[in-house]
Amino acid sequence: MNLVAENLRVTRGHRTVFAGLHLTLAPGGALILAGPNGAGKSTLLRILAGLLPVKTGDVRLGETPLREDRAGFVDKVLHTGHLDALKPAFTARETLAFQADLYGAPPERIDGALDALDLGFLADQPVRVLSAGQKRRLGLARLALVERPLWLLDEPTVSLDARSAGRVAQMARDHCAAGGMVVAATHIDLGIEGAARLDPASFAPGEDPAMPTRDDAVLDGDAW
Amino acid sequence: MKAFLALIRRDLAIAFRTGGGGALGVAFFVIAATLVPFGVGPLPELLSRIAPGMLWIAALLACLLTLDRLFQADVEDGSMDVLALSPVPLEMVVLAKCIAHWLTTGLPLLLAAPVMALTLRMPEVSYPAMIASLALGTPALSLIGAIGAALTAGMRRGGVLTAVLVLPLYVPTLILGALAVNASAMDLPAAPYLMLSGAITLAALPLAPFVAAACLRLAIR
Repeated sequence: MNLVAENLRVTRGHRTVFAGLHLTLAPGGALILAGPNGAGKSTLLRILAGLLPVKTGDVRLGETPLREDRAGFVDKVLHTGHLDALKPAFTARETLAFQADLYGAPPERIDGALDALDLGFLADQPVRVLSAGQKRRLGLARLALVERPLWLLDEPTVSLDARSAGRVAQMARDHCAAGGMVVAATHIDLGIEGAARLDPASFAPGEDPAMPTRDDAVLDGDAW
Repeated sequence: MKAFLALIRRDLAIAFRTGGGGALGVAFFVIAATLVPFGVGPLPELLSRIAPGMLWIAALLACLLTLDRLFQADVEDGSMDVLALSPVPLEMVVLAKCIAHWLTTGLPLLLAAPVMALTLRMPEVSYPAMIASLALGTPALSLIGAIGAALTAGMRRGGVLTAVLVLPLYVPTLILGALAVNASAMDLPAAPYLMLSGAITLAALPLAPFVAAACLRLAIR
């Protein structure tokens, strides 16, 4: 099941962020989105997650086209954004219990997900007393809770210490090793062997708004 | 279904842990209705004449009080992304949140209304009609209000705008609710007004979640 995006074009406000963007990703592959602020990394991830509409171009995951079958597409995707989606009044365990119910994940996985991000000892603490890094980890615990083939990670290691960042990188490596796919916007090295890099800024239109498609920049997942 | 119930439980838990559940809305309702005798004077005939309308206006305002945070909090902390990417359709998410909103706003008003009716010297014969009109009308307030709340969900200070957008849409419910109570006070049948009020709720039940979900899709862009 390959992830294929073709000829994506994105405008934010009246500015074209990128146009003619192509990418492909094979099972077990990883794609690191690098590039300067405002290059469109988060926007690209939100498009691939189905949160932003695809206006031009096409996104497919295996045989499932995002535009025609959003529900089927979204069922294969897990997205973690800048915001941790936490409610201060809930404990860590309650937060994951709700997400398990919402995403149809078995509740037996909750404790494993907490342990995967070293949150076991905080399970019954309300989110409001957690530190920024602990909140971040709880926001990422969904990755260990819900099984989805495609992970879309937006700056997953922000405010994490080196050890926790290492844990997240290890989770991403394990996910790829198990045949999953990871697209991550990150400035640290997740250490995934053969991970491709993509800078959405290289697809930014220059002076010419009708910039041709950059076929030479097409990423081929088969190589890794 | 499990996810739907989990959504309702979650919103109820948030309401009870952070906003005192329905207590705040009821307190507002009680204070707003108590202000009336101070403003218009304590004449029983006057109070019992305007009581139905005042009760209903107080109910509308109490409902608005919690409405602007219905989606805004979730959009701000990223929860809406998690909800939008879940297998639950966004329309059902909206419906679940409306149900939770009604349980923490509309239902407590129903329970507090008799006390306020007593304060405002409403004739005893109108109590059943008043309870019935609130029971049939307040779900529409949550559902129609969800549209306004969804429209302003992406704004920092959308509260007043929500009120401006939503209050005109509450007019039919207000008229029919107050008419039902007035009719019963004059020994006329309240049923036609109650049925029309219920019809608004029934029409809003399938329509409002679709409109609100469409607005939310814009808010999370």
